[in-house]
Amino acid sequence: MSGVRPGYVRPLDIRNGRIDMSHGSGGRAMAQLVEQLFAAAFDNEWLAQRNDQALLPRPEGRIVMSTDCHVVSPLFFPGGDIGCLSVHGTINDVAMSGARPLWLAAGFILEEGFPLADLQRIVESMARAARDAGVPVVTGDTKVVEAGKGDGVFITTTGVGVVPPGLVLGGDRARPGDRIIVSGTVGDHGMAVMSQRESLAFATDLVSDTAALHGLVAAMVEAVPEVRALRDPTRGGLATTLNEIAGQSGVGMTIDEAAVPVRRQVEAACEFLGLDPLYVANEGKLVAIVPAERAERLLAVMREHPLGRDAALIGEVTEDAHRFVQMRTRFGGRRIVDWLAGDQLPRIC
Amino acid sequence: MKYIDEFRDGTLARRIADAIAAEVEPGRAYNLMEFCGGHTHAISRYGITDLLPPAVRMIHGPGCPVCVLPIGRIDLAIGLALEQRAIVCTYGDCLRVPASDNLSLLKAKARGGDVRMIYSPADALAVAEAHPDREVVFFAIGFETTTPPTALVIQEAARRGLANFSVLCNHVLTPAAITNILESPEVRKLGTLPLDGFIGPAHVSTIIGSQPYEFFAEEYRKPVVIAGFEPLDVMQAILMLVRQINEDRAEVENEFTRAVTREGNLKAQALVSEVFELRRSFEWRGLGEVPYSALRIRAAYAAFDAERRFGLETRSVADNKACECGAILRGVKQPRDCKVFGTVCTPETPIGSCMVSSEGACAAYYSYGRFREISVVAPA
Repeated sequence: MSGVRPGYVRPLDIRNGRIDMSHGSGGRAMAQLVEQLFAAAFDNEWLAQRNDQALLPRPEGRIVMSTDCHVVSPLFFPGGDIGCLSVHGTINDVAMSGARPLWLAAGFILEEGFPLADLQRIVESMARAARDAGVPVVTGDTKVVEAGKGDGVFITTTGVGVVPPGLVLGGDRARPGDRIIVSGTVGDHGMAVMSQRESLAFATDLVSDTAALHGLVAAMVEAVPEVRALRDPTRGGLATTLNEIAGQSGVGMTIDEAAVPVRRQVEAACEFLGLDPLYVANEGKLVAIVPAERAERLLAVMREHPLGRDAALIGEVTEDAHRFVQMRTRFGGRRIVDWLAGDQLPRIC
Repeated sequence: MKYIDEFRDGTLARRIADAIAAEVEPGRAYNLMEFCGGHTHAISRYGITDLLPPAVRMIHGPGCPVCVLPIGRIDLAIGLALEQRAIVCTYGDCLRVPASDNLSLLKAKARGGDVRMIYSPADALAVAEAHPDREVVFFAIGFETTTPPTALVIQEAARRGLANFSVLCNHVLTPAAITNILESPEVRKLGTLPLDGFIGPAHVSTIIGSQPYEFFAEEYRKPVVIAGFEPLDVMQAILMLVRQINEDRAEVENEFTRAVTREGNLKAQALVSEVFELRRSFEWRGLGEVPYSALRIRAAYAAFDAERRFGLETRSVADNKACECGAILRGVKQPRDCKVFGTVCTPETPIGSCMVSSEGACAAYYSYGRFREISVVAPA
């Protein structure tokens, strides 16, 4: 008698298994990886359609779309991993338009030899982040590259959201006199990742601030729809975001060094590594530009939200044809807060 | 932050600023050179010039190790990476310094050279141990502060019998550079560079002590105040210099008593002289050939000397003609006097070395202070 069991596939050996080229070849191994790992974790009605695309209902209102690639090293860091980071990153990019994020798509580039256990950990973290945010991953793709041609895993996520009627936000809308608010301490993510670097490891209790900010944004735009611009200061940190907005709007800015919230640990780590917290990445913070008369109200709303508890008013928009971002130093002088030159830190998001 | 905040206190700064303003004598100019790039950086980063009266002028000196590194030496490191296929380890600041053929170590890396950024010479040693089949070269730069760690890794490599590790030594000496400036025609004959006093380097002096500066104070009648790198240190040093100048004194004073003694770190000095000896002459960007201004590895450690190991010869390469780094490093010109400053030469695409390191005068001006060059004033 034959022992053949039609349709039987031996389950993935998550504990000891590794990605090999067959997981990207379009054959049975790939189908199995998709079913047992990705589909199982992300599980939602659109993914359950099992088509090459997700068929979605038409949302009411103006649609925003954003995409973000994630190449962080190390893949796991205090407070998060590349999985939840890739969900938060794109949700935040969508939310900075004031939009409510609806769906995500995810693309994975896996390196041959990558442990399945690590992949599962990452995918589950991603699924948890998506679930917590209420933004499902509705479609995706996986490719495998040969060993040495990737760095474990790269993840690209794309998000779609819808902007509430009447709301218009943009980096080009800052006007002289507007106030600048940051939603909390800066530099936490970048320094948490740095602390784990092989070549640089230092002991700290610092954790990444990675978080989905759309809840905070919803509360903000509901209370103060006059807000001009929102942006999350990720790579390049607060300094870069301020320069971007100043450039787009054709204005200058002046911030107060003493008003910018920075954790002691971040300040200390930056001090001995010769870095400036203003340039260190964040993954759960936003900058808001708001008309002066609405600043106090916005600040109050933000501080009521857990992700905006440490929100602070850090400065104001000025008239300046040169579009300089300047800082009043704690010391009593002034200086430019310039664009980042070169690369302060490699691969942090 | 504990210990640091105290040295960045705005109220204290204002108090010292008031004292300086009260003590400068009418009609008198105070041209002070801060030798060290660390001070240049602090002055720009904290906006110290905003707190000084117009009579006090800060002149930026050549104490930025990356800035004074001549092109020929970087060419050697690039050659090691691209032609000898060695792993070249160096500090982050060195990576972007422009060299010949429109290259830098960073661009050499993009062309397939194995160039690695390290934070400590010990990291280079670890790389050598991890790659016994490859040549690993540590491209060592810096003044007296960074020399003892280089000496230590050379000794350590010898102790471990590492056969694939060597050091391309570019360590230079502070007193020789100060002498060079004081002997320059601009200071001695032409008088185009008025110099009334020096702020002496902090970290260098923790190693060599304050004694070596006594010669300048005596011989050239220039007051020297050794100062720490925090903004209040710099302010205090300026006040001390103003007082010396007013009282016609030319002494070595030590503001940085929390780390500097007259003798310095004798142990470190012994270590350095055990591994290194004086070079007869060394080329500095900006200053040219300066006699007895740099160190080389002693014959006893020849096996770890990349110059001997690879038979390297330094070729002198002229700077870009439009670049004023040379004059800026001698204090003769300011970044704003350079035609390419802020136009062709920016931190992203540096032409000269002073635009590369954050300690370089041009980079400090550009990144922190260029609003001053075009007189845009922030609201108070």
